[in-house]
Amino acid sequence: MTRRISTLFLTVFATGLLGSAAAIAQDAKGKPAAAAAPAAAPAAAAPATAPATDVNRFNRLLKPANQRNLPPTQDGIHDPASEGTTALMPPLSAFETLPRSNAGNRVNWVKALEDRAINPRWDRLDPNAVPVVMDLNIVREVKGSMPDVVYPHKQHTEWLDCSNCHPAIFIPQKGANQISMAAILLGQKCGVCHGKVAFPVSECRLCHSKKKDGPIARTGQ
Amino acid sequence: MKQVPWVTRVRRGLTALLFAVVAITLWTPSDSRAEYGDIVINNYADAAGMRPAIFPHWFHRIRFRCKVCHADLGFQFKAGGNEITMLKIIDGQFCGACHNGEIAWSVENCDLCHSGKPNTPTQVHESTIQKLAVPVGQGGSKK
Ligand code: HEC
Ligand code: HEC
Ligand code: HEC
Ligand code: HEC
Ligand code: HEC
Ligand code: HEC
Repeated sequence: MTRRISTLFLTVFATGLLGSAAAIAQDAKGKPAAAAAPAAAPAAAAPATAPATDVNRFNRLLKPANQRNLPPTQDGIHDPASEGTTALMPPLSAFETLPRSNAGNRVNWVKALEDRAINPRWDRLDPNAVPVVMDLNIVREVKGSMPDVVYPHKQHTEWLDCSNCHPAIFIPQKGANQISMAAILLGQKCGVCHGKVAFPVSECRLCHSKKKDGPIARTGQ
Repeated sequence: MKQVPWVTRVRRGLTALLFAVVAITLWTPSDSRAEYGDIVINNYADAAGMRPAIFPHWFHRIRFRCKVCHADLGFQFKAGGNEITMLKIIDGQFCGACHNGEIAWSVENCDLCHSGKPNTPTQVHESTIQKLAVPVGQGGSKK
């Protein structure tokens, strides 16, 4: 009798363990939390919540570091069932040799170009064509506490043609354009590229880079 | 020039709103995991029974500057805004300016471009607006 009970118990226990192992394997983050719970519980819970997540996990909304630069098969928009997807290059393998940054692709594209870590073509066919780089900074004074914005033509004309911005996005005349953060967040003005392909809006200080000269206090503001 | 008080108040309100919006931007919801700048193009593909096409900016900008595509080849800065079709591609426009067997592998590699999950709408992945739209309640919505 006792033996039969223990065999039964063992079977249940083993099934539970197997189940939890599967649950852990399914959990991309491989969090140890699941293992600590009674063996049978995660097995039962696993089908309901596939990526078993802890409700009180430290970061509720922030994307964890191990979900950045995922290979196409795991990135959520490519179809893992397609053969083409498995043939594509995983981003991290390309980024290994490039200088990193804190946002976007997590590549510092300006530095990558400067350091010649990459040498993207300026012409579709001619690998030796070089851009006409224009070094002209435009300072835009910002009301309030944020540092002033310096718009550098140099880094832009390394990548872009004048016609990409002038005149459709910006009239080429200092101060002739009304730019606001709200417009940028909505994908207009600087936000046509920043927040889509060029470094995202979260990197405030790359744009707001000039300390205000005078005292900040402007009465009436 | 003296400012009317309500102007100041409106401006304060706007700034507060801005910061709320920025705060949400910085906390990315966890289901957007694809590469920043990946573009899903799906004006016609789903309806024609093909997977949506995915264009990876990171991969192409290692090889070409923006100017090549956005000035010389005439790609507008708008996901899905170029009305790309296979006929245009085989005639050497858009993707076909390079994916022609000369500069890059040619069009018979359907699956390399058409690699999206079926029914994924046209979008710029990880764009500011996409990140803002998700908490409002439409996961992975059109940009
Ligand atoms: C990424 C976008 C972008 C590109 C590319 C670009 N510009 Fe500009 N340009 C701007 C912005 C922004 C301003 C500032 C407008 C303002 O202050 O309202 C500006 C201002 C100017 C001005 C006015 C300067 C002044 O002091 O009044 C000139 C001239 C100009 N650009 C020429 C060029 C030329 C020539 C090229 C190509 C070599 C070029 N730009 C490329 C964004 C761009
Ligand atoms: C047409 C696209 C486009 C527009 C519009 C644009 N940028 Fe950029 N910007 C880029 C690209 C591409 C880079 C290169 C770095 C990258 O991709 O992250 C860049 C780089 C920069 C840099 C250099 C950062 C560094 O590390 O040196 C600053 C500063 C900047 N942008 C500010 C602005 C501001 C301010 C505006 C609006 C007035 C603006 N940009 C509009 C495309 C654009
Ligand atoms: C791509 C460049 C860029 C980035 C990144 C950026 N800003 Fe701005 N910001 C601007 C420009 C351009 C203006 C308008 C300046 C003017 O009035 O001419 C501006 C204006 C502002 C203003 C003044 C109010 C308004 O809407 O005009 C505030 C506040 C501000 N930014 C905060 C921020 C914060 C906070 C961040 C980071 C989350 C940030 N910005 C990131 C370019 C940028
Ligand atoms: C270089 C990338 C690329 C390759 C290779 C490619 N396509 Fe496409 N295809 C696209 C793009 C981009 C679109 C536009 C998608 C949209 O807007 O829905 C498209 C659209 C389509 C469409 C719908 C519109 C139309 O023109 O009928 C079909 C069907 C299609 N492709 C079939 C194919 C087939 C079959 C192959 C292989 C022989 C192929 N594609 C190879 C990029 C590509
Ligand atoms: C190899 C070609 C190619 C290169 C190089 C390229 N792009 Fe693009 N870009 C595209 C295509 C294709 C689209 C999508 C167009 C469509 O869906 O019709 C696009 C779309 C965009 C959009 C529109 C996103 C939106 O708001 O819908 C922006 C902004 C953009 N690119 C910026 C850039 C910048 C900045 C660079 C340089 C760092 C760059 N691109 C380099 C091909 C390219
Ligand atoms: C300016 C030239 C150019 C244009 C335009 C272009 N591509 Fe490409 N693309 C390339 C080159 C070069 C490669 C690398 C080819 C190789 O590996 O031999 C490539 C590779 C790719 C890859 C494979 C990336 C990997 O992981 O290996 C995909 C997917 C792709 N392109 C899609 C597209 C789509 C979709 C379009 C049109 C919307 C497009 N490309 C337009 C030049 C271009």
